[in-house]
Amino acid sequence: MIVRDCAPEALRQRLADGGVRIRTGPVVNSIRSRSQKVMDGLALHYAEYPVEDEAGFADFHIAVAPPRSPRRWLRPQIVFQFDGAVPFFPLPADQAFAMLEWGLNWCVSFHCHQYLIVHAAGVEKAGRALLLPGAPGSGKSTLCAGLASRGWRLLSDELTLLDFAVGRVVPLPRPVSLKNASIEVIRSFDRDATLSPPVHDTAKGSVAHMRAPRESVRRASEQARPRWIVVPKYAAGVQTRLEPLSKARAFMHLADHAFNYDVHGRRGFELLADVVTGCECFEFEYSALDEAVAVFEALAAKA
Amino acid sequence: MTAERAGPLLRALRRPAVLPKLDLKQWETLIREARRSNLLSRVAFDVDALRLSAQVPQQPRAHLEAARVQALAQAAAVRREIAFIDQALRPLGVPVVLLKGAAYLISGLSAARGRLFSDVDILVARAVLADVESALMRNGWASFKTTPYDQRYYRKWMHELPPLRHHTRQTVLDVHHAILPTTARLKPDSAKLLAASRSIPGEPRLRVLAPVDMVLHSATHLFCNEDVGNSLRDLVDLDGLLREFAARDGSFAQLTARAHELDLARPLYYALRYAVRILGTPVPAAVLRNVERAGPPSWLSGLMDALFMHTLDPAHEQESHGLATLARGSLYVRAHWLRMPPLLLARHLITKGLRREQAVG
Repeated sequence: MIVRDCAPEALRQRLADGGVRIRTGPVVNSIRSRSQKVMDGLALHYAEYPVEDEAGFADFHIAVAPPRSPRRWLRPQIVFQFDGAVPFFPLPADQAFAMLEWGLNWCVSFHCHQYLIVHAAGVEKAGRALLLPGAPGSGKSTLCAGLASRGWRLLSDELTLLDFAVGRVVPLPRPVSLKNASIEVIRSFDRDATLSPPVHDTAKGSVAHMRAPRESVRRASEQARPRWIVVPKYAAGVQTRLEPLSKARAFMHLADHAFNYDVHGRRGFELLADVVTGCECFEFEYSALDEAVAVFEALAAKA
Repeated sequence: MTAERAGPLLRALRRPAVLPKLDLKQWETLIREARRSNLLSRVAFDVDALRLSAQVPQQPRAHLEAARVQALAQAAAVRREIAFIDQALRPLGVPVVLLKGAAYLISGLSAARGRLFSDVDILVARAVLADVESALMRNGWASFKTTPYDQRYYRKWMHELPPLRHHTRQTVLDVHHAILPTTARLKPDSAKLLAASRSIPGEPRLRVLAPVDMVLHSATHLFCNEDVGNSLRDLVDLDGLLREFAARDGSFAQLTARAHELDLARPLYYALRYAVRILGTPVPAAVLRNVERAGPPSWLSGLMDALFMHTLDPAHEQESHGLATLARGSLYVRAHWLRMPPLLLARHLITKGLRREQAVG
């Protein structure tokens, strides 16, 4: 069963009571909320995701709910609850869906140390993965959204999970988080992209999520072998430029952007070394998304 | 609490051999309980020790693996941190006693198995406290509790300096001069603890508490501490220490005598009572009877049982929010009550309460 198969009332009921168990890549999240924003967000973005049985195993139990404070009557707020604990500060209630998304990222990046977790976007074509490690503002999510809407399979826009046994990317396709100017860029780049209404004044400015392509969600259990590592840099007005990057630098960049490199020690070093060895590595500057996407189309065609 | 009513985590802590019998739903509950109690990595180590891994379903096994690597990384980080502390304090030539998790780790005790750490704790003589603080500051540690109230709270009333954080490694160090606050009713003598402390094989300067004192400190920490969230983890520490203490020919008679000498008979009473009841720790019946004399009057004993049993079983938190919150709240106030005279406590709780409102507002 997928989320779309649940009648809206049944979905609302399960969200309010025991929790809806939605599978995203390798993890099952039991989500509870009475927030209309969460309900709408799930209906829009998660329609194609598997719903797991109550009798099965959920990895994370989360809720998006009003905090227990008298303030809720003044200016409505929401908190993200993880097994009863509250890891973040409350946010205004209209940011409920964005908070759910950040919370789902937090669950994985804080707990899934069975993987090496790199702060990188990832897309795949013909079984080969393109990894875009980068800090917020580097343009990795925009580039990832652009490639995903031109037929690349979305692996993740934020968390690249590397499997130790086989050195492959374990997909975690979820809505792509777009910020500020990127929202308009994607809207005009792909008229068919499904975006949630932007939420303004978040910690990251205005935020909207782009729905993950259906094909990516369906194929979430297919791992992909890393083939290209590209360190992206968006800067207004620059020429599109793809330059080779030394493997040593690519390695350092990946290690810098790994959430749990320190947890894995030697094993993490060896895994990254293997990944970098098997990849072509580049630095990439861009300002025009259509040119940028064309560069990677050409790269994939050549390989 | 009977074995049947206990949640899967408690059953597994008592007898890890039950782990392969859990169904998937029970595993889900166990992982939630264990995460909340900071004991997931401990369960992972138990699974490894008994070679049960192949019998654990794949989904929970992934979480155990994740918890295991995290605990191993933390243990390595704490060992490095201990070396840095040693290096910073070496020129002073004063005895530095490692406490709690760091001590278990460096002594190779089973209580360190799969244990998570939030900070490193050390004990030094009050007379050298200022020198120790300066030496640490010269080496990159600094206080991060910066409001004047916090500074005064720690320096005047507490048994430790305001927590120090290393500016590059971001690690937290608690420097104690006693194991209970200056204001507490019970007054264990730090000089006696320091005098009885032991050296560590292979570590020329660092020391740990004597085995009896280590048990007593763990008991004190558990039953006088306001950090109720880690209570079950603290009880598991105590269980491990007691089992190892008994196995290494530790004398329980000596333990009870030392408890009276250090004014810690009441915490030892609670410690043994709940370790036995909740984790099934083997303690000779004669010892239990001996410390019972140090217990509270019977009307209070019933109340304390209800509060502790409720906070120590993580299964309760999942089902009833109201009662568990009340129990935790009561123990928080009680912990402070033991640590401060009433007027000071009222002042402290009001100041903290006001500040919380400001933070939210």
